[in-house]
Parts: sequence; structure tokens; C-alpha cells
Amino acid sequence: MIDVSHDTLVGISKSYGLFYLIALSIAVAVYVFWPRNKSKFDRAAKNILNDEDGPWR
Amino acid sequence: MVSTLTKNERHFAFIISVSVAMCGLVMAAAGRNDLLGTHGFIVFFFALGVTFILARGYYDPEPGDERFSAYYDEPIKAGIILAMSWAVFAMFVGDWVAWLLAYPELTFDEPWASFGRLRPVHTTGIIFGFGGNALIATLFHVMQRTARARMPDQLSPWFVLIGYNLFCVLAVTGYPLGITQSKEYAEPEWYADIWLVIVWVTYLALYLRTLARRQEPHIYVANWYFLAFILVVAVLHIVNNLALPISLSSAKSFPIFSGVQDAMTQWWYGHNAVAFFLTAGFLGMMYYYLPTRAKRPIFSYRLSIISFWGITFLYMWAGSHHLHYTALPQWVQTLGMSFSLMLLVPSWASAGNALLTLNGAWHRVRDDATLRFMMVAAVFYGVSTFEGSFLAIRPVNSLSHYTDWTIGHVHAGALGWVALITFGAIYSLVPILWKRDRIYSPALVEVHFWLALAGTLIYVFAMWNSGIVQGLMWRTYTASGTLAYSFMDSVVAMHPYYIARAIGGLLFLVGTVIGFYNIWMTIRTPINIPRDLASDHPVTEHAGAPAAEPAE
Repeated sequence: MIDVSHDTLVGISKSYGLFYLIALSIAVAVYVFWPRNKSKFDRAAKNILNDEDGPWR
Repeated sequence: MVSTLTKNERHFAFIISVSVAMCGLVMAAAGRNDLLGTHGFIVFFFALGVTFILARGYYDPEPGDERFSAYYDEPIKAGIILAMSWAVFAMFVGDWVAWLLAYPELTFDEPWASFGRLRPVHTTGIIFGFGGNALIATLFHVMQRTARARMPDQLSPWFVLIGYNLFCVLAVTGYPLGITQSKEYAEPEWYADIWLVIVWVTYLALYLRTLARRQEPHIYVANWYFLAFILVVAVLHIVNNLALPISLSSAKSFPIFSGVQDAMTQWWYGHNAVAFFLTAGFLGMMYYYLPTRAKRPIFSYRLSIISFWGITFLYMWAGSHHLHYTALPQWVQTLGMSFSLMLLVPSWASAGNALLTLNGAWHRVRDDATLRFMMVAAVFYGVSTFEGSFLAIRPVNSLSHYTDWTIGHVHAGALGWVALITFGAIYSLVPILWKRDRIYSPALVEVHFWLALAGTLIYVFAMWNSGIVQGLMWRTYTASGTLAYSFMDSVVAMHPYYIARAIGGLLFLVGTVIGFYNIWMTIRTPINIPRDLASDHPVTEHAGAPAAEPAE
């Protein structure tokens, strides 16, 4: 078995762990505020209000 | 039920239920000298019952192709009935154990009636029985409607629903007998856990297969929450239940982790069960039923996505706040504490998003108790997530941990948030599914609402008081440096609060029974009820027209 010491784990979580969460936040913010996505989001939010018309397939 | 299955599906259903019955017999034979044998018989008779239902409907005419022009709602209907039955049962047991704490002599000297065995019957019955069935039912509804697609087959939803309830039955029948892994919210033993994995994988597959048939490429945000719920619960369940049975003919097993590793795995599981079972799943419910009931799109769709990723990635690290001041390394405790504090941001974003959606619809909140259930649920979601972040701070935790404050916090979430949002969703859903104008009695929905709210407030305030009193009594020192109160002093001081809590729980239970009656009468009452509450009908495009689904 690979020997992963306590210090290695702490090191990873304090470096990589921090940066991947920052990268993730940036990615989410970019996706959410990307101008092209706005119409898609608006349509999704409105579409659920008329949902009982039966399936398309 | 059977008449909606095709011939082929009936054959498969037969094979499955007969195989499960055989497994039950094998368990009963192998575990004849062990409690496993009892569970073998329960599995056998459960599967025999399903086989009998299948046999009775076997020669029913097959469903025609016209079924493809309608959503498949039969399992949703069954899921709602099951959810409400579990709610009544598990809340009854909850109130029972509440009285048991006020009057400990109520055990009648029977081992099965002790607090330690009855309490998990309450928690499992509520979380998995009531919550789980409500999630299965609403999720089947939301996924079909938002994908605008019928489920791909008729058998797998039934397998998921019935299989899941078999798991719940095994769980709650095991505890009074003494079968438990002693892991919070993961008490069922290895064979029940393996069965749940099979059911859960089918659940995930069914969800993905339905989504794959969707009309729009974009998936509505409620489904993201539901999908996170199914996916993460699968991972949590498997990792936390890694255990070795002492033999294949015994119910008893031991976890493969030990000591603080086991504790950390358990609370990584435990807190994420709160996060992904009791939060993400029910947020999915909220993001669908609150806007549709209020007839307004969600205030900010963008914010709902940001909250989604926030909740998904932050909750994963919060579990260690359950292990403050233990053998767990200090930095892991601090990690859990910091992530718990950060969690306040996406939690309040969701609660605020829900409440802002109601701007412009407050008259509906006033008139429509169903929408009010969901509004108050969003408020309690905000309150209990704030409280959760607060209690996760280490020095605060030194006062609150091991006291009733934790119980108060859990119930602010479970009663105020989870149960109220579920009742709101079910009251919206029942008239739609059974094609009724409105619920049988809007007045009884009002009664249920006020009983539930009063019950929750009494419960939560009683536990806040008793928890803080307990915490303070345990840390009060005399001038000579000894503890001022014995443990028994603090137990005696709890007595009035325990009575108040049991009364609050009783009010909540009575509300639930009334709610079940109202739902039952809605189902049983013939279709044409004169409409007297204009806003209390399901959403359709054609305002004023009765709530028929044209395609059906």
C-alpha cells in the first residue's frame, strides 16, 4: 500500500484543496453570468409553470 | 398497479419477487439460530405478498400505446400514500419516545420498549420512511414534468418504490429486536445495506434514463439537486457501511474502520445525510413546487445554480464539526468548522431566493395554506442553517454539544423545513395527480398548518431552553472549583421541558393525521367538487378551466 503520511494529506488539503475550490467558484460564476446562457435560464425558470400538458415522448 | 405493466414487465416482476422470496427463505434457513432468521421470514412474506398481488393482476388487459401520451403517475400516487403512512407511524413513535423521556418508567420493563431501541425506529421512520418516500414520489413527478418525458418503463419505478420500502421495513423491525450497527442514521445491518445499494442504483439509472429522454437540452435546476441527492447518498451509504459480517448466517457485522477513523467516516456520512438527503433533495422539491404553486418563476435562476454548487462542494467537508473536542486532529475540526460557516452563504441564498419569489404573490401566501407551508419551510430553512453554522463554531459547540440544543436544532430542520416543505409539495401534488379541482377541505389544510407550526415552535423553544440550561448546569463551578450540579440535577431540571416537547410533538402528529385524512378524502371524493377557493387548484395553462391534463 502507498504510504500517505498525515503531513502529506494536510499539505494537499491546504494547497490543492484551497485552489480547486477557488477555481470551481470562478468556473461556476463564469457559467452563471455568461451572457449567452441568460435566455436559457429564463426559459427554464418559466417553463415549469405549464407542466401538466403531457409528455412529448 | 399490475394493469399498467406490460406482459414482459409482469414476467420480470415475477422473477424478481420470487427470487427475493427465495433469498428470504435462504436467510431464514441460514440464520435459524440468529436474528437474521427473523428478517429472512420478513423478506419472504413481504416478497410473497408482492408475488400474490402480481398473480392476481396477471391476466389484466395490457396497457395500450395510448399510455405514451401520458406521464406515468401510478407509482407517484403509491409513494405519497406510503410517505403519509410512514409519517403518521414515525411521528407517533417520536411522540412516544418524547413521553418516555419525561416518564422513563413507561418502558413496561420490556427491552424492545427502551428508548435506545425505539428512537431509531422514529428517526429511520421519519428520514427514510416519510422523507425517502416523499422524495421518491416528488422526484418521479418533477423529473417527468421538467423533462416533458414519460418514464422509460413501468417496472423500474415500482422496483425502486417497493424495494426501498422493504429496506425501511427491515430497518424498523430490526431495532426492537436489537439488530443495529449503532451508527447514527445508518443503523441497518449489512444485508439490508446491500439490498439498498441494488435499489439505489436502479433509482439512479431510472432517473438518468428519464432525463436522457428530455425535450429541452437544459435541465431545470430542481433536477440538479435531486441528482446530487441520489448520487451522493449512494457514495455515502456504500462507504459508511463497509463492514464485515461475523458470518453469513449472522445479522451482526463490524465496520472495517476503527476508532477515530470510524467516527470520522460516520459523521462524514451523518452530516452529508443531512446535507444531501434532508437538504438537497428537499431543495429540489422547493425549487419546483414553490414557483409552480405561487405561479411565479424562481426569483433568480442564476442564484439557484450558485447555491447548488456551493451546497454540493461545501457540505462535503462540514461533517467533522460533529467531533469537536475529540481525538480527531484539531485541523480537521477547524476544517469542518470553517466549511460549516461558509455554508451559510449558499443556504441563505436558497432561502432568500424562495422568499423573494413570493414577492408579488403574498396575497396567495395569505389565502393558500399550501403555499404558506412552503413559505414557512423556507423561513425555517434559513433559521436552522444559521443555527447549524453557529453551533459548528468550536467554543459554541462546547456549550451545546451533548445537550438538547442539538435535538432542538435537528427538529427546527426536520419539522420546520423538511416536513413543512413536504406537506406543501404533497398538497400541491395530490389534486394534480388524482385530477381534482382542489384538495378535499382547504379548511383542514389551514388546521394542519397551524397545528404543525404551533407544534414546531413549542418543540423547538422547549429544546432550546432545556439545551442551554443543561449546558450551563454542566459547566457551573462552585467557589471551591467543584461542579455545582450533579448530572441528576440537570436531568430533573429537564422534566418540564420534556413535557412541553412531547406536547409540541403531539400537536404536530395530530396535524399530520388530519393531513392524511384530507388527502385520503381528496382521493376518495368523486371528481366534480364545486370550486370555492380560486387559487387552490393545480397550475394549468388555461386559467379558469378545470385542472384536467389534456393529454390524458
